[in-house]
Amino acid sequence: MYRYDQFDHQMVAERVAQFRDQVRRRLSNELTEDEFRVLRLQNGLYMQIHAYMLRIAVPYGLLSAAQMRMFAHIARKYDRDYGHFTTRQNVQFNWIKLPDAPDILADLATVEMHATQTSGNCIRNITCDEFAGVAKDEIVDPRPYAEILRQWSTFHPEFAYLPRKFKFSMTGAMTDRAAIAVHDVGLQVVKNARGEVGFRVLVGGGLGRTPVIGTEICAFVPWQHAITYLESIVRVYNEHGRRDNMYKARIKILVKEIGIEEFRRQVEADWKFTKDGPCTLTVEELERVAACFTAPSYETLADSDVAAAQPGNTAFANWLQRNVKPHKVSGYASVVLSLKKPGMAPGDATAQQMEAAAELAERFSFGELRITHEQNLVLADVRQADLFTLWQAATERDMATPNIGLLTDIISCPGGDFCSLANARSIPLARAIAACFDNFDFLHDIGELDLNISGCVNACAHHHIGHIGILGVDKDGEEWYQVSIGGAQGNTSSIGKIIGKSFKFGQIPEVIARLLQVYVDERFDDERFIDTVRRLGYEPFKAYVYATPVEDDAELAGPIYDLLKQGTPYELPYYSPRF
Amino acid sequence: MIIKNKTVVEDDWRILRLNEQDAPDSVSVPSGKVIVPLKVWQAQRDTLKTRAELGVWLESSETAEDLQGDIARFQVIAVDFPRFADGRGYSIAYHLRERLGYQGELRAIGEVLRDQMFYLQRVGFDAFVPRPDKDIHEVLKGLSDFSETYQASVDQKVPLFRRVHRGVKV
Repeated sequence: MYRYDQFDHQMVAERVAQFRDQVRRRLSNELTEDEFRVLRLQNGLYMQIHAYMLRIAVPYGLLSAAQMRMFAHIARKYDRDYGHFTTRQNVQFNWIKLPDAPDILADLATVEMHATQTSGNCIRNITCDEFAGVAKDEIVDPRPYAEILRQWSTFHPEFAYLPRKFKFSMTGAMTDRAAIAVHDVGLQVVKNARGEVGFRVLVGGGLGRTPVIGTEICAFVPWQHAITYLESIVRVYNEHGRRDNMYKARIKILVKEIGIEEFRRQVEADWKFTKDGPCTLTVEELERVAACFTAPSYETLADSDVAAAQPGNTAFANWLQRNVKPHKVSGYASVVLSLKKPGMAPGDATAQQMEAAAELAERFSFGELRITHEQNLVLADVRQADLFTLWQAATERDMATPNIGLLTDIISCPGGDFCSLANARSIPLARAIAACFDNFDFLHDIGELDLNISGCVNACAHHHIGHIGILGVDKDGEEWYQVSIGGAQGNTSSIGKIIGKSFKFGQIPEVIARLLQVYVDERFDDERFIDTVRRLGYEPFKAYVYATPVEDDAELAGPIYDLLKQGTPYELPYYSPRF
Repeated sequence: MIIKNKTVVEDDWRILRLNEQDAPDSVSVPSGKVIVPLKVWQAQRDTLKTRAELGVWLESSETAEDLQGDIARFQVIAVDFPRFADGRGYSIAYHLRERLGYQGELRAIGEVLRDQMFYLQRVGFDAFVPRPDKDIHEVLKGLSDFSETYQASVDQKVPLFRRVHRGVKV
């Protein structure tokens, strides 16, 4: 993986010093909250319901065992023993005190990490295929380009105060595992007919209030021109993106309003000034960075039938089927460590689990891990011969639930339990759903199903592209949930369609059961839920769900919602507007 | 007092801001060193162009190209930041310097605060009028937050990867 040189170290150290001084000035009231908010957000620090939340960047989702251990250290020293992995491949800590934040950034710098630009109206962490470098269907390893773009976008002087946040996502494989169609800019590293590497560039995708699938602005930008081309896209957006209404400020609205042809014309008009200029990437720089992403020292091994070596062990066989992915090198596999054990908050890991994951990475996967945008962890380079031992060790730490890609692999934002933007709780709903659908045979029979729960319209859990998407909405101060079906990520991305009027918390598991009932009744042999929805349309699902009243199981919701509104405040200034 | 060439200096330019009742074509432009709004320059161009000393300032919704052909007439071009979080002024400055080749004084006015100074300087501003309630010497410190940068901009035309030998020393 990428290693900092003296320049990277120096800039991160100067950033920590800068933020330490900003926090000092805030605490002494030299900076007002309005002035400070933008500065803290660009260092990943949000003010949430209970405390500050710190979002730490995991560039393109790749991290070392030492970095994972640092997360465990932060969880123990500054938080409450756990952290939350996000759909943008970052990690969040929920119980941070403002005076501690500079110290945390200083601790992170010791392991070549930071929280720069994980929030704010700037270019955010670039997300990437979690199987980059190891996937069988990969055309080009996107990670060197992601790192080069990380450096270009870090502290970019012109783009720190964009109309709104700006998200890149990148893949280099045939199958898009990075949801590139729903990012402000989606990049697919491809090869042209002559075998030259370049980028297929999508622009103006996004979720939130106005979900849009990105449009191709250029089919092939040669890799040397990536920086200048992307800079022109962001410059045109900075100049012309709307600033009068924050709900219309994302680049997708600009592209829609002026049309892709006009937007392309403006980008190309700007690009002609910088194309072939000094910002053109060099072979030397690409090689320097790419040298950090060379393959580890794989042994020469043959593929083996791992399941056959453990006859009768269905638990292991289930795990192999769901959590183990093919690897481009024979004798190896990639393993997804599930952070979706029913009863746990999706994407949460305790300090103990983080340390265990770091240890497993060192024992079995060359000391590296990845975070997936579906909020799980990946050990990318595991010898097939080690899978059984790894499974046993992961099981001990509750990270071997065989549910990857299944209904209980729920993607969920922190929701109303933590987030001051949320209209409704996400985590307790995910828990209630997981508890209602706890039969593995049933889940395996239902098969691949993306269930995404966002607590508000900002769509952090990507509910629009869930096969079943659930969105928390506020009605007169009460939490309600809107259900959509037919959304999908990947090569055939689509935006889900809302099936009808919204439901109470205690109705949602029954609503899901009814959707699944229609699927089970109507599916062809190997058809996935999403395929059945696409074939039949959403009407039969809607008709069945609303045919008879859905019972509201109020016990599922529990009494906790009211308690949440009170919170447990710290005795600290500047802590939350809610109290 | 303003910040210019990285020091605090006296300054005798006046910035003309229009009140609601002022019209660009009829507002009276005082004599002496005045920085007028773009709209006033455009409306009163024939009389203003005879002045020996003149500045113009752009709102964040205006563009550098509106000055194309005229930039050599001004001793000062200023860009207004109505709110510090309105980042259009950064691209306006970039365009003035890089596309139009403006070499004169480029002044940031409006909500100019310490924590934006480093980036402002990078995109080509060399003069700064901090918001009046702020200590100008504190604001000046913001120019030196970082000693190195990854990407090119107006202040440094060549990105880091072309300027230095990079890599982990072993």
